[in-house]
Amino acid sequence: MTNSIEEIEFTDVILATGTNTTENHPMIGARVKRAVRQHGAKLIVIDPREIGLVKYANIWLRQKPGTDVAVLNGLMNIIIGENLYAKEYVDTRTEQFDALKEVVAKYTPEYVEEISGVPAEDLKRAARMYAEADKAAILYAMGITQHWTGTDNVKSCANLAMLCGNIGIAGGGVNPLRGQNNVQGACDMGALPNVFPAYQQVANDDARTRFEKAWNVSLSGTPGLTVTEMPDAVLEGTIKALYIMGENPMMSDPDTTHLEKALKKLDFLVCQDIFLNETGELADVVLPSACFAEKDGTYTNTERRVQRVRKAVDAPGSAKPDWQIISELATKMGYPMNYDSAEEIMNEIRTLTPSYAGVTYSRIEEEGLQWPCPTEDHPGTQYLHKDQFTRGRGLFHAVEYIPPAELPDEEYPFILSTGRVLYQYHTGTMSRRAKGLVERFPESLVEINPDDARKLGINEGATIEVTSRRGKVAAKAKITKSPPQGTIFMNFHFSEVAVNKLTNPALDPIGKIPEYKVCAVKVEAA
Amino acid sequence: MAEKFQITIDGREIEASPEQTILEVARENGIYIPTLCYYKGTTNVGACRVCVVDVENARSLVAACAMPVSPEMVVTTDSDRIREARKLVVELLWASGDHNCLTCEKNGNCELQDLIYYLGIEQPRFTIEPPGYPKEDTNSMIQRDLNKCILCGRCVRACNEIQVNEVLDFSGRGSRSKVGPAFDMDYFSSDCVFCGECADACPVGAITFKQARFAGRPWELEKVRTTCPYCGVGCQIDLNIHKGKIIKVTGNRNYGNPNLGSLCVKGRFGIDFIDDPDRLTTPLIRKNGKLTEASWEEAIGLITEKLTSIKGEHGPDSIAGFSSARCTNEENYLFQKFMRGVIGTNNVDHCARL
Ligand code: SF4
Ligand code: SF4
Ligand code: SF4
Ligand code: FES
Repeated sequence: MTNSIEEIEFTDVILATGTNTTENHPMIGARVKRAVRQHGAKLIVIDPREIGLVKYANIWLRQKPGTDVAVLNGLMNIIIGENLYAKEYVDTRTEQFDALKEVVAKYTPEYVEEISGVPAEDLKRAARMYAEADKAAILYAMGITQHWTGTDNVKSCANLAMLCGNIGIAGGGVNPLRGQNNVQGACDMGALPNVFPAYQQVANDDARTRFEKAWNVSLSGTPGLTVTEMPDAVLEGTIKALYIMGENPMMSDPDTTHLEKALKKLDFLVCQDIFLNETGELADVVLPSACFAEKDGTYTNTERRVQRVRKAVDAPGSAKPDWQIISELATKMGYPMNYDSAEEIMNEIRTLTPSYAGVTYSRIEEEGLQWPCPTEDHPGTQYLHKDQFTRGRGLFHAVEYIPPAELPDEEYPFILSTGRVLYQYHTGTMSRRAKGLVERFPESLVEINPDDARKLGINEGATIEVTSRRGKVAAKAKITKSPPQGTIFMNFHFSEVAVNKLTNPALDPIGKIPEYKVCAVKVEAA
Repeated sequence: MAEKFQITIDGREIEASPEQTILEVARENGIYIPTLCYYKGTTNVGACRVCVVDVENARSLVAACAMPVSPEMVVTTDSDRIREARKLVVELLWASGDHNCLTCEKNGNCELQDLIYYLGIEQPRFTIEPPGYPKEDTNSMIQRDLNKCILCGRCVRACNEIQVNEVLDFSGRGSRSKVGPAFDMDYFSSDCVFCGECADACPVGAITFKQARFAGRPWELEKVRTTCPYCGVGCQIDLNIHKGKIIKVTGNRNYGNPNLGSLCVKGRFGIDFIDDPDRLTTPLIRKNGKLTEASWEEAIGLITEKLTSIKGEHGPDSIAGFSSARCTNEENYLFQKFMRGVIGTNNVDHCARL
């Protein structure tokens, strides 16, 4: 997030798009609801589904799945056309405005209505509401990123925010809400194929030299493969061994059949986890890890706040914290890692990660610090790009709308959108073991609109079969007005209903994120 | 901000600002005024009148939680008159419910019990007449016994004003009045999303956490502050430990950002996995096609041998690693250091794209 969770509660307008906030980030959802109910904020929701926030919204734009760029360009078309944009800000703090203006010119409200189904008048109201606010925050999540145009979607959100001078002010910003507790931290720490900690490029000689010196090794300057590119590399024979720590790609990968083939082809697979999951079943060696309550460390939340994780109970059997396991393995492999505590590792991180340099354990004993926090007397950073963008001027990216990679046709007439539900989480490893959560949400459900259900002769609770070009699954129907006609929604928390057998592995060319939000399917009563 | 001024509480000259209540000024200065219906972060309703104090020149006692301060106000927080008024309130509450502390989960951590002790009440002067409501036991997370409810309304405000879930409300009037979801529904069939805010807010044993029932007395618990393992909000949670076992998760209204002590159902009720019998407790190695228990030494030895030979034969870029968005920063850092520095490849990523 460019800005902070607290600011959401006290801003003037909130534009939430592609985020089912009350279910997936409930305590940010509560901030949004308090902003609306108690502090007079206005809320615009852009989402094909009638999500929980719609009840609190002033305007709800129900676009067809995957038409986000068109809608966002349409908003900007109106804002520029009606001269509602932040001229001085655009002049002094951004560049490439003309390119943007040129591209959005053709996204008139009428044209956008044609593409997205959003009524032109609603689009105008939303554009004015967002543009006229002194401060307005954009919130988004996987509904924006999990498209093959995910990067374009993100850029369009940034364009809109910059156009109205909303970046670099309290209560503004473009705010991606991270799905998993430490995605932010994993990225910050360089668990990415092209960067070291703090996003220092592996291909950059200075950066590499710095790490070579600190670690006393020589390092490769060639960026590695992403998670989504890995299966092909295995099948082609370039990757022979895979070490997986704390992940279950057999459940979360866009094309599990393909991945399974790849994992089986590996010469050597190691899985290190708290449970023997679907991926672990295929491993040659499985190592037992301690869970979050059994170890010390830090997580970095979606607003860049580095917070403590504390050991509260002992790990079962001989399970160990992941950091200890890696240290032991590295030592055995001839590179001694002798850390006595997680804090000692953090102190090393601080020397190599400028944005974390000021984050000591003693300072975050009570409340976490938000990076960048470059020195021990720096208070942390509530919002980014104040006075100036990190790169100097904010860059507009003129983006054209591209339809989803796979659209419904005669044979596969429905759109399938996938995501999470309040009572379950990710691949279910944790949440499906919680009695209360299972009571509330015991099995996978297919959300289907009442009109569609009627046409197909599907009753509440009846088993339905969902087929795509890639596979078939069956689950019970939940008839609800939440998805629009022609769209069904499924979650990916249940391995017995492996929704990712259906989804389209079409990747965003830059983000390498699969298009989980749109694929074409056939729906039948079983 | 408007200018500060002086007021007097219990003979002490104290600085106050106009937007503050008597209670807030008193608390800021370490002066105790008992409360029941007051709940930080919600509307001051001034309903229970346990917090009454004497304000010079006011005709009757005033509720400290709802009364704004004004310049030169002179406040007395304790006197016979005040005690009598508070006693009356507390005795009425006591008598109107089934406050059998022997079996109450809140025993030792109950604000009514504390008040009865503080005010030194031996027996209520009224006949004890509990309303005789059935207990709600519809789910494994939250249980309700409205026979212990003192109608302070904290749960209603927590649900509506803090979580804004808009599930709870008062229904009925006077002694027949009741809190709960609309149409007298139980939690499970209502729109309740089981955030548990109401249970954290309840000062007595009327709304409690089911799994913690008979699992440990309040004074036997140790609380460990940590960060929720689920979504990216990173809520601060308190793990409540009893004899080495986590028995429940509570919020703490004194914690600041990001969540100010509020939780959702996952952080609150989602951590049973910690002592699930399926947890891995020992390394496993595939032998004759089957995963078999092994020692750490064996497992680490085998990994070392395999990775070293694959690296030797096919080069470092034939090895790849997935780190995890659920591991700590320290672990992610070490993992990429291991892949880059020890294996010698940049083939390291995590599954956040998925
Ligand atoms: S658990 Fe949460 S949603 Fe349910 S009644 Fe209590 S406060 Fe409201
Ligand atoms: S249930 Fe608890 S919090 Fe709610 S009104 Fe009764 S005593 Fe107060
Ligand atoms: S308590 Fe809920 S909102 Fe808070 S971090 Fe956990 S899952 Fe997210
Ligand atoms: S605490 Fe002040 S009236 Fe209840």
